[in-house]
Amino acid sequence: MDSEKRQKESRVKLLITGNEAIAESAIQAGCRFYAGYPITPQNELTAYMAHHMQDRGGVFIQAEAETAAINMVYGASAAGARAMTSSSSPGISLKQEGISYLAGAELPSVIVNIMRGGPGLGNIAPAQSDYFQATRSGGHGDYHCLVLAPSTVQECYDLTALAFELSDKYRVPAIILGDGMLGQMMEPIVVTKFRAPSLKQSNKPWALTGCKDRKANVVKSFYLKEGDLEKFNLKLQSKYQKIQREEERWEELFLNDVKIVLVAYGSMARIAKGAVKALREKGKKVGLIRPISLWPFPKKAFAKIRKQYLVIEMSYGQMLEDVQLAVNGQAGIEFLGRSGGGVPSEAEIIAKVNKIYHG
Amino acid sequence: MTERLIIAGSGGQGIMLLGKVLAEAALLSNKFVTWLPAYGPEVRGGAAHCMVIISDDEIGSPYIDQADTLIIMNQLSLAKFINRRKDNGLMIINSSLAESGKLAKAITGKFTDIAIGLGNIKVANMAALGMYLAHKKIISLKNIEKAMRKMAPKDKPELLKVNLEALKKGMEI
Repeated sequence: MDSEKRQKESRVKLLITGNEAIAESAIQAGCRFYAGYPITPQNELTAYMAHHMQDRGGVFIQAEAETAAINMVYGASAAGARAMTSSSSPGISLKQEGISYLAGAELPSVIVNIMRGGPGLGNIAPAQSDYFQATRSGGHGDYHCLVLAPSTVQECYDLTALAFELSDKYRVPAIILGDGMLGQMMEPIVVTKFRAPSLKQSNKPWALTGCKDRKANVVKSFYLKEGDLEKFNLKLQSKYQKIQREEERWEELFLNDVKIVLVAYGSMARIAKGAVKALREKGKKVGLIRPISLWPFPKKAFAKIRKQYLVIEMSYGQMLEDVQLAVNGQAGIEFLGRSGGGVPSEAEIIAKVNKIYHG
Repeated sequence: MTERLIIAGSGGQGIMLLGKVLAEAALLSNKFVTWLPAYGPEVRGGAAHCMVIISDDEIGSPYIDQADTLIIMNQLSLAKFINRRKDNGLMIINSSLAESGKLAKAITGKFTDIAIGLGNIKVANMAALGMYLAHKKIISLKNIEKAMRKMAPKDKPELLKVNLEALKKGMEI
């Protein structure tokens, strides 16, 4: 295991929360604009930005509201900066109009959702019930955000920098989709120094950087002339197809000799992994697919395995639909899910697997 | 080796800090470690607990159902977590604030009284940590002290001193 090897090495290690790891990674990745509005369970992220951004040459703004924060990100990104906002479920709902505009204007940006229980104001317990919103274009229009789902604090750190890279590369908004458990827990991480491009170095010929000696750039999502919007949408679609081809990410465990394959992401995947290891010790042929990119969903991972699947989520079955699409009727799929603060435990997973195994 | 601890008391007793010192020391010992706080709308005076897992292997769930060790700092937490200990699990109880009666494999120390004796009621948590160190040899005293030095505010050396004293007193019980 790569992560295991890394933990054992005595390089610079920090003991921090998932929220702080995301913030630190963003700053190291060259994020120089952050706007947010407080909400539990992601407050450590906003607090970290408030504490560090200014000293490290960036701008921190506690916006008057979530809507304002996402629109400030639009402005900063249009000017060429790496920009980020973060919130938790109800706050992310408020940002959806802005995210649609970011997608429409092809503006790179990173949006962090540390999910909590819903619907409505819900509670502050961990949940994964915003999967549909994140992966199916939560706002209006035919668009997608790249969605990455860290499962460890190390991955919070690694994937946030990657989100900035990919977002710049494809000019699409990228979402880091975590949950309250991952955001609040502390775990050691190994610090790598990301090489962040400076504002001047970054290759953004479309950005609004002042048009002296060049043609003026326009950043917009408004196409009134007949045919223009369809043409633009086709351009977006071909970009999304390229992302689907090239950016699927997942982790797999024990798939060589397997009878039941567990599928889980984020915090839920940690618990599932614990169950898989315990079941293997009892001689049960159980494996795991852990999607890391939720959009694009890692369909390739499912192409080769035609076995019984068990999807586990902190929701009543959202990623389940992507697994159904990927498997396309070629294998059986069972589901175990809880929501609203309920987290399927290792014991519940083991009981469910045993039932399928012998049933 | 995997050690699962639940540390529980009331907000303001340094429950989170106790867990963090242990987690930081585990990091210094090159172990895998997770620290998970129970967070609620309330902080000071309300119930507080955190879960710490220390292991030689990668850690799955940071959440603990049945603990190898419980550190209980007040009566309410004793009632709340009494059934969350493994059959052979260790229980450390702050008998200054919790009446435990006769519980199997429970050890007690008057941590709050020790802290008051040292002139700072807030260091009861470190006395409890000291007792834990004396009973389970998973993390060395050396690494705990190193973690405390790393975490203590540099401009208040007297705070580090009283915390270290409480730790020693706890170990001697």
